[in-house]
Amino acid sequence: MATIVEQQPGEIKEAAPVQGARPRSSYWPFVVPAVAVVGSVIVFPWVFTVWMSLHEWTVGGARRFAGLSNYARLVSDERFLTSVIHTFIYTFLAVVLPLILGTLAALVFNSRLPLRGILRGLFIMPMMATPVAIALVWTMMFHPQLGVLNYLLSLIGIGPQAWVFNPSTVIPSLVLVETWQWTPLVMLIVLGGLAAIPSEPYESAAIDGASAVQRFRYITLPMIAPFLMVAVIIRTIDALKSFDIIYAITQGGPGTASETINLYLYSVAFAYYDVGYGSAIAVVFFAIVIALSLLMLHLRQRTKWTDVQGGA
Amino acid sequence: MAKTFGSLTRRTFLASSAVASAYGLGGTGPAFADVNWKKYAGTKIGVNLVKSPRGEVLQKYEKEFTDLTGIQVSSEQTPEQQQRQKAVIELNSGSPSFDVIHISYHVQKRQFEKANWLADIGPFMKNPELTDPSLTESDFSQAGLLYAKNPQGQMLSLPFSVDYWMVYWNKDLFAKKGLAYPQTFDEMVKVAEALTDPKEGTYGFVARGLKNANVPVWTSFLLGYGVDPVDANGNLMTDTPEAIEAARLYQRLLSKSAPQGVSGFNWSECQSAFLQGKIGMWLDGVGFAPPLEDPDKSRVVGKVGYGVMPRGPKAQASATFGDGIAVTAASKNKEAAYLYCQWAVSKLMGARLLQAGGGVPFRNSILSDPEVRKGVKMPPAWIDAVVESGKISKLGLPVVQPVTEFRDIIGIGLTNLLAGADPATEMKKATEQFKPILERSEKA
Repeated sequence: MATIVEQQPGEIKEAAPVQGARPRSSYWPFVVPAVAVVGSVIVFPWVFTVWMSLHEWTVGGARRFAGLSNYARLVSDERFLTSVIHTFIYTFLAVVLPLILGTLAALVFNSRLPLRGILRGLFIMPMMATPVAIALVWTMMFHPQLGVLNYLLSLIGIGPQAWVFNPSTVIPSLVLVETWQWTPLVMLIVLGGLAAIPSEPYESAAIDGASAVQRFRYITLPMIAPFLMVAVIIRTIDALKSFDIIYAITQGGPGTASETINLYLYSVAFAYYDVGYGSAIAVVFFAIVIALSLLMLHLRQRTKWTDVQGGA
Repeated sequence: MAKTFGSLTRRTFLASSAVASAYGLGGTGPAFADVNWKKYAGTKIGVNLVKSPRGEVLQKYEKEFTDLTGIQVSSEQTPEQQQRQKAVIELNSGSPSFDVIHISYHVQKRQFEKANWLADIGPFMKNPELTDPSLTESDFSQAGLLYAKNPQGQMLSLPFSVDYWMVYWNKDLFAKKGLAYPQTFDEMVKVAEALTDPKEGTYGFVARGLKNANVPVWTSFLLGYGVDPVDANGNLMTDTPEAIEAARLYQRLLSKSAPQGVSGFNWSECQSAFLQGKIGMWLDGVGFAPPLEDPDKSRVVGKVGYGVMPRGPKAQASATFGDGIAVTAASKNKEAAYLYCQWAVSKLMGARLLQAGGGVPFRNSILSDPEVRKGVKMPPAWIDAVVESGKISKLGLPVVQPVTEFRDIIGIGLTNLLAGADPATEMKKATEQFKPILERSEKA
């Protein structure tokens, strides 16, 4: 009987949850919506993709368990291997160029220029445009006979170029579009970093006789490093998943000269309807993205935000 | 007026169509006799169309079909690539949202046949209550019937619009050099090279160099060597001596006589270049002609010659592609959907399509009708070239399921040729790559 009395509802001991104790089962319904959403839009598609990658399965045909044969096929698929190389080259260039140009632009716009506000506004305009619309405009500009780019080159005595119509210049030309569009983003991020740098280190450096290059190398750069790292992470993710600009301008061509993993994956899954093999490519692409993300996280650890507060 | 349309009878429809004809439809009267058009009045059907001049024409006059039959139509036009994906996904689900599907034969025929996604409309065609007597199999061109029937001989669609490949040529540039339109492949090469003058920005020849899109250019040559890309027994002929010669011809014409950057050209870039008046010959489908005669878009209005594909060493052939219109196997309103298909390929609709320059009907009775020809806006030389091309038409792509892979793999090889690769090596490599894919698809 004593036990029953001790377990009367309303007692403080039972109403207040003890830290570290297991949650009451009545809390679970609150978690269900989140679990359902994550399960249905993230976990299930991935498990299903992995499952599909283990099958030989073309839309409209029969499905057959194929074990790891789709993955084995990838290793000898020259077109896939080339697309991996293209993805890395494209990503590297589409991260590095906007990073350098964006940082330079931020340094310029951080100084006291006349009409600085208006110029900054103009500079960030490419970011606001729709990628497919941009791609169509650039396609016309790149045209070897009718495009404005070759006309501009002719004014300074340079002969016509084939731009995206030549296998050897197609990736740099596409990177030019990416750089034009996304340099402003890097500029905005770095400008934020520059605004946070206190003036004292510069005053000390000036007293010590440091040159402008030394001030940039030993004060500015270390202090904006965390911001640059953020820009690198954002740009890497963007460049890796880049699809719209490449597809709209070249569709991966000429030949396969600008075909990245994304474009090849799209062709396999949605043009050839080979969903089994397409899923295997998606799984490998996912693994590459995870590996790069871990690398980024590792590098991110080395550039701490506290550096801004504590100085170089 | 609305009331009149709402209670339209066959007689008033015929009368109104005759009035419409008098206003520029060239005197074509619809042969909508004997069929019980109202039998399925009140039925609702979904129609999935490719966004194109063909889709536009059908959608534009859809109300006339509803007035004629009482069948409500819910149609949508989607750009080609997206339409193909949407159709496959929906048909594969087993319950598509549409009853009628506009298909690209050269891409989807084999896939749709193998998956049993289309209804056999053969019995409907034999039913006089459903089919106008003028709609007979023999009225369709041979290529149309090859496309529409499966290997078992079942009629799975109605051939809607055909695309023959022909040569557009700039009469001014030819006249300046005193050249005549070529009759053979050899002459075509010589003429193309004679017309090419990079200093003047003039080039003798242009055609698609972009991978996938470029394959019909090569098959146009291959057919002239008397070889189909896949023979009647399903063997790949893409690395035969003829295929390599066709690739060599492709390489020569597009390397020596074509403008810079042609390896990235699809039809639109070729068309833009030709419209500027600096290109001697452009090989592509007949459907791209209307802008050439449009003064707002073209610098070559009235100067364009329309040539039939020159003769190859073994044959003269015009690579042929086409669209069909079909009833889905999953449709619950097959008869109503069939009536729509029949209306779509009717003489009236075919005449409208042809006269607007939006496409060429597969039906000989439309092409040969002098009244219809009178209303065609394009020059008579164009329609003559169309009719002549029809006489030498051969399928431009193999009827295999993985046709997109075929186009991609062969197309990559062809693009590589423009960078100087060896034709024999590229064609053998492409054939080796495609062979297992074809074998896998036939087994599936």
